[in-house]
Amino acid sequence: MMFQTFAQVIEKKILSDQIILVTFRSEELAKNAKPGQFVNVRVSESCYPYLRRPFSYCDVEGDTFKLMFTIFGQGTKILANAPIGSKFDVIGPLGNGFNLEDDYEHAIIVGGGLGIAPFPFFTRFLNEKKKIHSYIGARTKDFVVTYGLKNFQIATDDGSIGYHGNVVELLRMDLEKNTFYGKIKIFACGPTPMLKALKQLSEEFDVDCEVSTEESMACGFGICQGCPVELADSSGYKLVCKDGPVFNVKEIKL
Amino acid sequence: MSEINLKIRIGSLELKNPVLVASGTFGYGIETADFMDLNQLGGIITKSLSLKPRKGNPPKRIAETPSGMLNAIGLANIGVEKFIEEKLPLLKKIDTKIIVNIAASSVEEYVECVRILDKEDIDAFEINVSCPNVKEGGLEFGRDLSRVGEITNKVVASTNKPVIIKLTPNVTYISQFARVAKEEGATAVSAINTLVGMAVNVYTRKPKLSHITGGLSGPAIRPLALAKVFEIIQNVDIPVIGIGGITSFEDALEFLIVGAKAVQIGTHNFVDPSGPLKIINGLEEYLRKFNFKDINEVIGSLQLN
Repeated sequence: MMFQTFAQVIEKKILSDQIILVTFRSEELAKNAKPGQFVNVRVSESCYPYLRRPFSYCDVEGDTFKLMFTIFGQGTKILANAPIGSKFDVIGPLGNGFNLEDDYEHAIIVGGGLGIAPFPFFTRFLNEKKKIHSYIGARTKDFVVTYGLKNFQIATDDGSIGYHGNVVELLRMDLEKNTFYGKIKIFACGPTPMLKALKQLSEEFDVDCEVSTEESMACGFGICQGCPVELADSSGYKLVCKDGPVFNVKEIKL
Repeated sequence: MSEINLKIRIGSLELKNPVLVASGTFGYGIETADFMDLNQLGGIITKSLSLKPRKGNPPKRIAETPSGMLNAIGLANIGVEKFIEEKLPLLKKIDTKIIVNIAASSVEEYVECVRILDKEDIDAFEINVSCPNVKEGGLEFGRDLSRVGEITNKVVASTNKPVIIKLTPNVTYISQFARVAKEEGATAVSAINTLVGMAVNVYTRKPKLSHITGGLSGPAIRPLALAKVFEIIQNVDIPVIGIGGITSFEDALEFLIVGAKAVQIGTHNFVDPSGPLKIINGLEEYLRKFNFKDINEVIGSLQLN
């Protein structure tokens, strides 16, 4: 069941120069959410900007949910500047979410940049059910956010914090050292080059890997057909909003 | 409180109210059920169907533009056969008129689609001769008076159901195309389909759409759409269904006052999936407030001078 309802801004928190966390209250949107799903927010009642803005659920607690984003364009500027108490027309929960019920002991989270956004909720949801290992990748330390994550390692492109290099290399070293005792599954979100590298890594080590994908979209629930992702066997497209945003990495072309 | 009549008639097609949802902006008609009571709609126009399934264009298929968007979906659809098998039974449970939109790459394909669907329990056809995002058919047909005439003639000959021809605004005089549609037996025309548009990402210096150009829709095109509808109404005696950037009951009224018998809500369904119901309720309130008893009193009531 999807809902179209008003969600009220109840808290805003600046996590870094670039990244902001906004908490909304809406029982329907919070209680029915699964990690990896998203909401589509109408940022303006006017015609500019016109289209809704999709954000993954960053965290969910009781009847509240959080969205994490960088102030990038007109839409995110409006959301970031919204006064506490203001209400937005929000559609959700949308998309499929991560498949958390599989047979595995270790959940390996890989988040590149703002790709960590869905994982605080993920971490809260899995709680003590699985062992969680988080790998956070960013360009520099200014873009590193550890909010809501546990048992994490950091990699930065410039080495300003953590491992000097990319986050997939960091994970590779641990896989090579075989530091995980038990079956693992990778859950990832981030830029396409990172997801491509993970696809290769997961094939090499024969590990299950689910990735959360991104594409420009309008409606968020399958009616505009604007957000295709090509199937690995070239037989056609699936829609990021409705069939995804989470796909088994083997299923799609990156 | 007195009863307000919202019913309108387009040929033999009677709608409970003049608010339809436009092809390509409402999926196959059932996806939006979580957000509104679909039984209240005047009618549902399906996603364009072709004889065989079409994969559609690669990403990027859409780009936001000022007060609107560009799309180049490329008529991705499941094909007529699968539509009849999987979608139509669900659509028939909704108490509204079902209008099936057809997009084809040849005259023969249009006719074949209509012949197959004519046996089904659907209420009308809308013939898309104006998609800007496919190589064959689409605009190539929609800009050619004789092809529009030929397609209309052959489709009308293949069915007893009402036939609506969806016209492109990407021509000099849209009314000439409406006239041809009328002469060849169409019940009505719908206007307008999207305008050819383009956007470039200045940082990559690449087009924002993989198809390079796409169809512009949304509130940005509304004044233009209204002028095109006005042009048809001034020149040709055929029912017109107005489309183009409608977001509110006031927007819908502009088209109705100019003379459109009905309107279609398109891109706005992406922004506000419960929008069509708000528009229907808004129309009723407007009629009540200004002491009209019947929506037909407002249709074509444009005050000139």
